[in-house]
Amino acid sequence: MYAFDEFDERLVRERVAQFASQVERRLSGALTEDEFKPLRLKNGLYLQLHAYMLRIAIPYGALNGRKLRMLAHIADVYDRGYGHFTTRQNLQFNWPKLKDVPAILSLLADVEMHCIQTSGNCIRNVTSDHFAGVAHDEIEDPRPIAELLRQWSSLHPEFDWLGRKFKIAVTGAAQDRAVLKAHDVGVRIVRDPASQKIGYCILAGGGLGRTPMEGKVLRDFLPREKLLSYLEAVLRVFNLEGRRDNKYKARIKILVHELGIDAFRARVEEEFAAIDSPRHDVDPREFARIAAHFAPPAHESLPAVSRRLEEAVAKDEALSRFVEHNLTRHKQRGYAALTISLKPIGLPPGDLTSRQMRAIADLAEKYSFDEARVAHTQNIVLPHVRLDDVADIFAILRAEGLGEANAGLITDIISCPGLDYCALATARSIPVAQALALHFADPAKQKEIGPLSIKISGCINACGHHHIGNIGILGLEKKDAESYQITIGGDPGDSYALGELLGPGLPAEMVPEAVDRIVAVYLAQRQSGETFIETYRRLGLAPFKSAFKEIADVVA
Amino acid sequence: MAAPKRPNLPAILVASDLLEGEVVFAAEQGWTRDLRQALVASDELAAQALERFGATEFLHAKVVDPYLVAVETGADGAPRPRHYREVLRALGPSVRPDLGKQADFQI
Repeated sequence: MYAFDEFDERLVRERVAQFASQVERRLSGALTEDEFKPLRLKNGLYLQLHAYMLRIAIPYGALNGRKLRMLAHIADVYDRGYGHFTTRQNLQFNWPKLKDVPAILSLLADVEMHCIQTSGNCIRNVTSDHFAGVAHDEIEDPRPIAELLRQWSSLHPEFDWLGRKFKIAVTGAAQDRAVLKAHDVGVRIVRDPASQKIGYCILAGGGLGRTPMEGKVLRDFLPREKLLSYLEAVLRVFNLEGRRDNKYKARIKILVHELGIDAFRARVEEEFAAIDSPRHDVDPREFARIAAHFAPPAHESLPAVSRRLEEAVAKDEALSRFVEHNLTRHKQRGYAALTISLKPIGLPPGDLTSRQMRAIADLAEKYSFDEARVAHTQNIVLPHVRLDDVADIFAILRAEGLGEANAGLITDIISCPGLDYCALATARSIPVAQALALHFADPAKQKEIGPLSIKISGCINACGHHHIGNIGILGLEKKDAESYQITIGGDPGDSYALGELLGPGLPAEMVPEAVDRIVAVYLAQRQSGETFIETYRRLGLAPFKSAFKEIADVVA
Repeated sequence: MAAPKRPNLPAILVASDLLEGEVVFAAEQGWTRDLRQALVASDELAAQALERFGATEFLHAKVVDPYLVAVETGADGAPRPRHYREVLRALGPSVRPDLGKQADFQI
């Protein structure tokens, strides 16, 4: 894991002092709310429905025992004993007091964490594949460039006040688990077929929200050393030419859409050609310094199969399900990446209590080389677990209420906080997720349905990624009541697709029944081995739409 | 910073406490965290007075984003917001009945 050097440390400490002074001036009245608001937002502090909300950056989702324990401490002392992990691999506290935020930031700095650029019109926290450095399908670990981009984008003088927020995701794997095509810029590590050299495929112009767009390839192959100078050019074109007249049209996706990807590419290449390249290029020594922090841990040489685990699985059905759904193949023989589902049936997705944070800290330290990762799916991954240890880990997780064996299944639902917490939301999301999880709780039923993603947002800003859920649910207000639109066919990965609307909005209590009807079409019509999304692609929208109509007609 | 559109009356004035971030309601004297103590404006004059109070308190860095919220009066005489968003805001997260005003005041 990356460790702060003196520059990182100083930057974060200085920011804590600055913000402490800004809070003091706000409380004395020296700063007005209009002056203070953009400052607090640059430090991840929102004012939400019930209280302030502090969004803590977890760059590319990387956590360790020390960081988790500090988050647990802050949750207990300054919040209400829990935190919420988001689709951007961040953590949100829902109840901090403004007067306490400088103290919280100072504690975070003690464990090399901060809230810088977790909000506001700047380059946000860089996200990545949660199986980075672990995945068997990886060309190269993306964390060194994720960290490089974190450093490059932190307090970047030219891009600190963009027209609108800017989100970058990176992956080094063949399979896209970082939702690259929904980001302003996506960076994919690739190998040039001709030279065999490693470089980057750059995507631009993706995004969700009220105008969902698919990111397009801007550059097939960018040489490694040009990453920062090229992104400098991309950001510069966006900063200069992106719209500022309308906040909803100020994202790069609109610029790319309005210009067209070819014209946008030409503008970027023009800027790139003119850029002072030596000044902006990646310094190979600095890159090597960063990359050294991500050297693989000292894995043991183990057999590919664990007799110990096999014997335990044979005796324990729950463990067997957990192994089937929550373990992911590891590069290293005898190891697995273990997904801790933060979707216990009936509880708010992504929430973790301070006690559970400490339990995961213990597990990470004891069993996973002191590493844990936040996934954009609002789960936590222990990336380096010996197969021999899985049964012991599962026993602890189960005792902590974290043994749900549903990773990637229909109850592994992504949900934004919705109107239960969020000031922007138009409807609640969490209760809908809870009702759906309870409806599909039966493990046998979940297994029968197989991989199926449900994603729920409480407004069109789409923090819950509803457009790219196999089944997407969007909460809106209709005639002074909450109403839920359902889309189908969305895909966040390599076969990226935006879902299609099935019909009119439904009241919350009808949603589980509607999803049931949709799933029934799949179960009745699937061919051998087909997943939900594959059946949808083969059948098209029509049969799902007519099944949905039966429910919608009841409401109408 | 009052909401651009005046809600129907009766109404109460809702804001966020600057220091704590907590939702507060204008009361007879200053602010209250308890919805049942909120001062209800039933006519235009009273609504304007609430808005003036909110504007002054905002100016003096006591509260943020004060605005009027349409309410109805329940059988117990206590105001209850008409819109579901404001009901949630006045009570707390519906998914955590152990937190927020609903827990603090047993409402």
